[in-house]
Amino acid sequence: MIRIANGQGFWGDSVEAPVEQVKRGPIDYLTLDYLAEVTMSIMQKQRSRDPRLGYARDFVEMLGRVLPELAARNIKVIANAGGVNPEACRAAVEDIIRKNGFAGRFKIGVVAGDDIMGRLNEFISAGMEMKNLDTGAPLSSVVNRVQSANVYLGAAPVAAALGQGATIVITGRVTDTGVALAPMIHEFGWAADDWDRLAAGTVAGHTVECGAQSTGGNCLIDWESIPNLADVGYPIIEANPDGTFVITKHAGTGGRVTVAGVKEQLVYEMGDPKSYITPDVVADFTTIHLEQDGENRVRFSGIRGRPATEFYKVSVSYSAGFKAVGSLVYAWPDAYRKAENAARILRERLDRLGLRFDAVLIEFVGANACHGPLAGTPPADLAEVGLRFGVRSENKAHVERFTKEIAPLVLNGPPTVTGFAGGRPKVEEIVAYWPALIPKSAVQPKISVTET
Amino acid sequence: MPRVKLVDIAHARSGDKGDTANVGLIARRPEYYAILRDQVTAARVKEHFRGICRGNVERFEVPNLGALNFLLHESLDGGGTVSLKTDAQGKTYSSALLRMEVDVP
Repeated sequence: MIRIANGQGFWGDSVEAPVEQVKRGPIDYLTLDYLAEVTMSIMQKQRSRDPRLGYARDFVEMLGRVLPELAARNIKVIANAGGVNPEACRAAVEDIIRKNGFAGRFKIGVVAGDDIMGRLNEFISAGMEMKNLDTGAPLSSVVNRVQSANVYLGAAPVAAALGQGATIVITGRVTDTGVALAPMIHEFGWAADDWDRLAAGTVAGHTVECGAQSTGGNCLIDWESIPNLADVGYPIIEANPDGTFVITKHAGTGGRVTVAGVKEQLVYEMGDPKSYITPDVVADFTTIHLEQDGENRVRFSGIRGRPATEFYKVSVSYSAGFKAVGSLVYAWPDAYRKAENAARILRERLDRLGLRFDAVLIEFVGANACHGPLAGTPPADLAEVGLRFGVRSENKAHVERFTKEIAPLVLNGPPTVTGFAGGRPKVEEIVAYWPALIPKSAVQPKISVTET
Repeated sequence: MPRVKLVDIAHARSGDKGDTANVGLIARRPEYYAILRDQVTAARVKEHFRGICRGNVERFEVPNLGALNFLLHESLDGGGTVSLKTDAQGKTYSSALLRMEVDVP
């Protein structure tokens, strides 16, 4: 049995969680996800300004805090912290290892080859349209606005890096499930066509990929009785060679691991439950058997899989116009009517200015921003309502002009209004995503393992 | 036959993929699954989310988890970074679905 701990559910998750995972109990592997979709375009911009940047610097800082434990207990680390510049990340990790006096104690593996930004025109010329999976449009329609382009690699190249002796594996874009599955492939010697076991490891990866969402965080069932979320334990997979596994957390940590809570995570971001597609396998979530295996332990068994597809998923980010959102808060009495009235006035002023937007969105926080019409008619005596007014346009000047029209409402609109101290809203460039497929044969993962 | 809100017999979690929201609806007890399966149809969910869901609704059965999974297409104002919504990722659509009423035997 091996213990694989998730220490980071998304870019922006707790910086303490991975340290706690290492320090508060036994683990063999620590896996971390640092790449939200928006991260890749930000990292491309950082790298274009400085060739030594473009990776997750949080990862290097975190490593600096746990190197003694990693070395003493032979804990291996897998992180997609390489972003768009895994070699720069390797250099930074080597640096921190040397500075802390651990030279020679770690081998760094880098998995790259996911970055296809520079090859898009070559692929398009070769007849690969990379059609948008949602709209069907060919990538050529936005290719001149692309900011990053990566395929999602799977577990295989990560397992290969472990096989070459890597103790810290830094990757570019690799699936969240792949980083958890890779240690199982490596440790248990699972074959590349052992679909049931690969599916089991993939389900394990899906269960822990969102960090504490499987151990009591964002858990709806019995949420108020979940103990000590302030010290919530992040999930740990206890994986067995036969493909069964237990999801648990370190003893003494907060949170809760139950069948019902784990079910919530299993359905999170689910598509067709019979076909959970990764580069490694197609997992069938309708075959999962769950049982409580003692306190804070859920056992998984029975999982079946089917052969992987011939495609990698591609995630392309591209510039898609501009947006800004402004907000004000209206107080009792008639809070909702005041906010509605202000929204109407603002719309009229934007029209008079001749501003044109692709979208205008008006929300009333406290009344119906989350559930829309399902929230029903707001009660007449609401204590306060937040007006949230957003616009979107390809024309940056129109969005900029909009941002100057919020604050004046405080003096020249409906009364008892506040909440404008933050100044004018910021204009944000919209970086949109283009999901597509590409034949696996077009891309070669690159693996290199080096001594420190 | 008493009528209850789904929140009394089910729990849920929701997420996003582009402009599509997914809502996983899970029975609180095994015997409640049949109620969900028989009454919470794709057509009812589409009607429930009118004004929010502009596309079609797909439903998948996950009996081993006592769950149904719904895909609500064109429901997030473009989704992700494009959307202007507070809830651009449909995180609260889980409890929005739990407002629906069903008959229990």
